[in-house]
Amino acid sequence: MASEPRGWKDLPLAALPYKLSLEYKTGDWRALRPVIDYNKCTKCMLCWLYCPDMAVLWDGEKIYINLDYCKGCGICAHECPVKAIKMVPETEAEG
Amino acid sequence: MAEAKSIPRIPPEKQTLMAVNGDEAVAYAVKQSLVDVVAAYPITPQTIIVEKFSEFVANGEVHTEFVPVESEHSAMSACVGAAAAGARAFTASAANGLALMWEILYIAASLRLPIVFAVVNRALSAPINIHCDHSDAYGMRDSGWIQLFVENSQEAYDTTIQAFKIGEDPKVQLPVAVNLDGFFLSHTLENIRMLPDEVVHEFLGGYRKPVKTFVDYLGKEVDVALDPANPLSFGPLDLYDYYFEHKMHQIEAMKNVPEVVRRVNEEWYELTGRKYGDGILDTYAVEDADVVITVIGSTAGTVRHVAKKLRNKGYKVGMIRIRMFRPFPFNEIKELLKDVKVVGVMDRGISFGSYGPSFLEINTALYDLSEKPLLVNYVYGLGGRDAPPKDIEKAYMELLEIAKTGVVKERLKFLGVRE
Repeated sequence: MASEPRGWKDLPLAALPYKLSLEYKTGDWRALRPVIDYNKCTKCMLCWLYCPDMAVLWDGEKIYINLDYCKGCGICAHECPVKAIKMVPETEAEG
Repeated sequence: MAEAKSIPRIPPEKQTLMAVNGDEAVAYAVKQSLVDVVAAYPITPQTIIVEKFSEFVANGEVHTEFVPVESEHSAMSACVGAAAAGARAFTASAANGLALMWEILYIAASLRLPIVFAVVNRALSAPINIHCDHSDAYGMRDSGWIQLFVENSQEAYDTTIQAFKIGEDPKVQLPVAVNLDGFFLSHTLENIRMLPDEVVHEFLGGYRKPVKTFVDYLGKEVDVALDPANPLSFGPLDLYDYYFEHKMHQIEAMKNVPEVVRRVNEEWYELTGRKYGDGILDTYAVEDADVVITVIGSTAGTVRHVAKKLRNKGYKVGMIRIRMFRPFPFNEIKELLKDVKVVGVMDRGISFGSYGPSFLEINTALYDLSEKPLLVNYVYGLGGRDAPPKDIEKAYMELLEIAKTGVVKERLKFLGVRE
């Protein structure tokens, strides 16, 4: 995404995208960020199952959020049976 | 601009003479055009096209995938899917059915899918009416489709085949609507000449071949067609960052259309001995005319008849039939009308609160002239109201009177309506 946006003469025909959708970082849209309290998390994976953007990931030990694609919809927090996920305003989130 | 290899002319006696109506003429053209997918929903006066074509499918005369969908919205959607997969796709509709397709029309055009669509022109409801006017075609004016209008059933056959070649041209890649007047053409028997199947196949270059484009993430040129080996996404999200650039592609593609329509008209002439003006405008006696009427569709036959009659009486009148409405031939119209005193623009439809749509275009075409012809818009024939020679003659006589006085009392007139 670092390069200059292309002019119409350099775009593929038929409005086909020239790059993969993975390069479209939809995490930019997020206003609320899911923050996980690992002391509460039971690794039930319901958040992983419900996330509409496949932005909840599992590293073999614990779940974590891929902030490149998390739009902050809050479904994970809503579905979490032990209330381990809190939606925090981006302005107040760390990092 | 001749093809690398021209096909030898098929003389008229080698062409099959058949008595068919306009809808059947279209169905036979589609049958011969190696169409992979037909998806359609019945609506009068288009129904005969799909009815006839489904007979061809049932009889095993074609191997087209026939999709009897549940609505016109689905018909156009199925054509979009088929064409995106690289297929040659066809559908047909009219009036309210066409209106139901509306959002998908824009998608077909912006994804550059050369679908051919027979529009059997019919008035839009309400009140419900099954007869001819052009309000359905005018409604899809801005959707990005090429719009061709035919005068008779022979031209409906010819133009349907031509439409595949025009739309699939590598410089065009746009969908084409072939418009024929409901009932006046669709349900009226006429003798037409048809080419042998294999000649049509050769004219079209066989089955549809998708064009190629370079896709960065694949690192190569690929067919613009859905293929698991070279995955593509058609029409994904495009916000303020790229939407405008992609609209430029459509604007540019439209610029290439007139040349291709002209060339295909010439190639068709070489092959069949038939042509329709220059493919864009079909004229009669315009060169030295004081008064010219412009018209779209089957009414052109009546206008030409009346113009000839008046010419024989010494009146300097002519006519222009607009065969291609989108893209609109602004320069060609300007050149033809620059020395004319008065132009009567006939529209079988109206933009409520404005004028007939072709009047607006012709006004625009003439704006740059330092000396402009006077213009009168005749809205006529709504809901299938007949436009008999006496009405056309009345219009010509009014226009001749304006040529004498130089005064246009009413710019928007209604021909054939009761007060």
